Amino acid sequence: MKHTLAVNVENRPGVLTRIAGLFARRGYNIDSLAVGKTDNPLISRMTIVVDGDDRVIEQVSKQLYKLIDVIKLTDLTTEEYVDREMILIKVNADPAIRGEIMQIVDIFRARIVDIGKNTVIIEATGDESKINAIESALRPFGIKEVVRTGRIAMSRGLKNKNYKS
Amino acid sequence: MTSKNPINTAQPEELTGAQILLKALAAEGVEVIFGYPGGQVLPIYDEIYRTKNITHILTRHEQGAVHAADGYARSTGKPGVCLATSGPGATNLVTGIANAYMDSVPIVAITGQVPSALLGRDSFQEADIVGITTPITKYSYLVKDVKDLARVIHEAFHIATTGRPGPVLIDIPKDITTEKTEFIYPPSLELPGYRLKSTVNLEQVNKAAEAIVKAKQPVLFVGGGVISSGASEEIGKLIELTDIPLTYSLMGKGAFPDNREQCLGMLGMHGTAYANYAAYESDLIFGIGVRFDDRVTGRLDTFGTQAKIIHIDIDPAEIGKNVQVDIPLAGDVKKVLQELNKVLENKGYRPAIEPWKQKIAEWKNKYPLKYETVPGVIKPQFVVEQIYAATNGEAYICTEVGQNQMWAAQYYSSLKPRNFITSGGLGTMGFGLPAAMGVQMAHPEAVVFNIAGDGSIQMNSQEFATIVQNKLPINVAILNNHTLGMVRQWQELFFDKHYSHTSMTGQPDFVKLADAYGAVGLRVEKPEDVRPALEEAISSPKAYILDFIIEADEKVYPMVPAGCSINNMLGR
Repeated sequence: MKHTLAVNVENRPGVLTRIAGLFARRGYNIDSLAVGKTDNPLISRMTIVVDGDDRVIEQVSKQLYKLIDVIKLTDLTTEEYVDREMILIKVNADPAIRGEIMQIVDIFRARIVDIGKNTVIIEATGDESKINAIESALRPFGIKEVVRTGRIAMSRGLKNKNYKS
Repeated sequence: MTSKNPINTAQPEELTGAQILLKALAAEGVEVIFGYPGGQVLPIYDEIYRTKNITHILTRHEQGAVHAADGYARSTGKPGVCLATSGPGATNLVTGIANAYMDSVPIVAITGQVPSALLGRDSFQEADIVGITTPITKYSYLVKDVKDLARVIHEAFHIATTGRPGPVLIDIPKDITTEKTEFIYPPSLELPGYRLKSTVNLEQVNKAAEAIVKAKQPVLFVGGGVISSGASEEIGKLIELTDIPLTYSLMGKGAFPDNREQCLGMLGMHGTAYANYAAYESDLIFGIGVRFDDRVTGRLDTFGTQAKIIHIDIDPAEIGKNVQVDIPLAGDVKKVLQELNKVLENKGYRPAIEPWKQKIAEWKNKYPLKYETVPGVIKPQFVVEQIYAATNGEAYICTEVGQNQMWAAQYYSSLKPRNFITSGGLGTMGFGLPAAMGVQMAHPEAVVFNIAGDGSIQMNSQEFATIVQNKLPINVAILNNHTLGMVRQWQELFFDKHYSHTSMTGQPDFVKLADAYGAVGLRVEKPEDVRPALEEAISSPKAYILDFIIEADEKVYPMVPAGCSINNMLGR
């Protein structure tokens, strides 16, 4: 089963290597890894998607927690969360078929962010299945280039346990 | 401090990075550094030249330096420090760092690095040592600003010595060692991701106590964590309260005296038959500061299948890593055991295990550790026993790796912790001799033996020079069978006696080698000469190499073939 881990780490040099290296040498498979700063410039947030049974995920979590740069780790899979991925797709788009592409873009609530002579670049965000769907919907036109961010995720609502609605 | 210039009293003194390093090491209580100079650490060595309060030992190879720091740390519990230059100096530390990492030994390795401006250009003697050692250190630093240096050193010692101990590396570019800044040793540490568990889960402790009192066939299985946590007294108390038989991993040797009735010796591949049977048939395995290594468990799906497993470890990642644990107890062994002992004592819990003890006594009787004696032939086990007898078990024993190590573990009775120094997890040939230097530096008055094989001793024999230069009275007992004995044993048992490249012909004459270095060498070929040779070496202030000629076919038994259940032993 795929698990989505939210990992807050110290924003220090080498931290990505330490995390990625840990996965590599212990044989855990990373599906995706997205990193960026948080509101606190000293802390970065990583969203790691990893595949494995409960024992594997428990080991992954414990080993990650052991790293001195790791401040907090949450397995979002066990709670309500939203996740997003972003994709940029460059597809063949002769002027004759641009209308058709624009329809698909509308259906997926995506956007065209660049038009070239014979290509367009489309930007879309959504969960993994939506991104997969738009990618396959555009494939018949001839995809020139694809780049995806990997998943980022956040738990829903207030995490404060004393909060009563 | 008074100053002639009143203006300077307000302005704290600015120091170079090298000066800061030495001051910080002194502040951490470092007394000895094992190292080897080179281009990028010249400013540090210039500062060492001026420093009075720290002894520097020049080894003959950086690997010798890191193992010496390791031996120092294992025998004292204090962090060991080694120093090497950039590039090849740093990479020569790698084996020793990995060795310390596998056995959770606190060392701080300091490496020189090319000047910041040359970093990343494949400069002369540049190696990305932080990158190379990341998987084998607890943490590693590349210092990019001299202002960070004092903090980094403070953090490094803290990380190396607390929690589950381990090696920390500090890589310092040359320009950082010459730049100046104010020396402020940070009073506190900011490591938000480094949590040390200080509380004990009493609910879990109670569960463990209840499981113990209900057990019919329990076994304690102790590891190196008991020694590094200083929990031997608590183990003694636990045994006093429960009388449960105890077995240990190689790293746990010395945690509880070998000569006590409840001690079953080592568990696992070359463990005693009675320890292996006890663990195999046990209904409660209580792992204490141990990581259930594959050399111990044998085939995992048959290990402790009838047993409830309690596991104490300071590293939560160890709990459930190899075996499924029923009652996990994450925390410092000493603290957890103190709480557990309290509960056992207050509730008067004592398991009823008379029949179990009886059964174990029968196994002990039926399958003792044994070897055949042949007139006129020196048996390696006999040499080890004689080292014990000649030193009353008070010597520090270092070992190399292979048959020599296993015979030492089986036949030398350790009576207290930190006396048996061996490379457990990594199994590093060449470890024992330099480790013995570290041990002898820490304990100048003690008798130190390195039990070696003729193969292993040649892996770092250059350190005889360091030993002689520093007048260290180390005794090396080579169990010389002219082969790579352990590999040969496997070849004999599992590879149809294809002795592929295990015959060590072309060896040096070890007596002459000792002589060449200014030590004393003795070749011993008869059993009756073993003890006198040992006595001579022990009583002499000189370093000794004792070359005990043993036969090549002697094997380490019992032996659990790799991948088998631990009740499945050859030569028991």
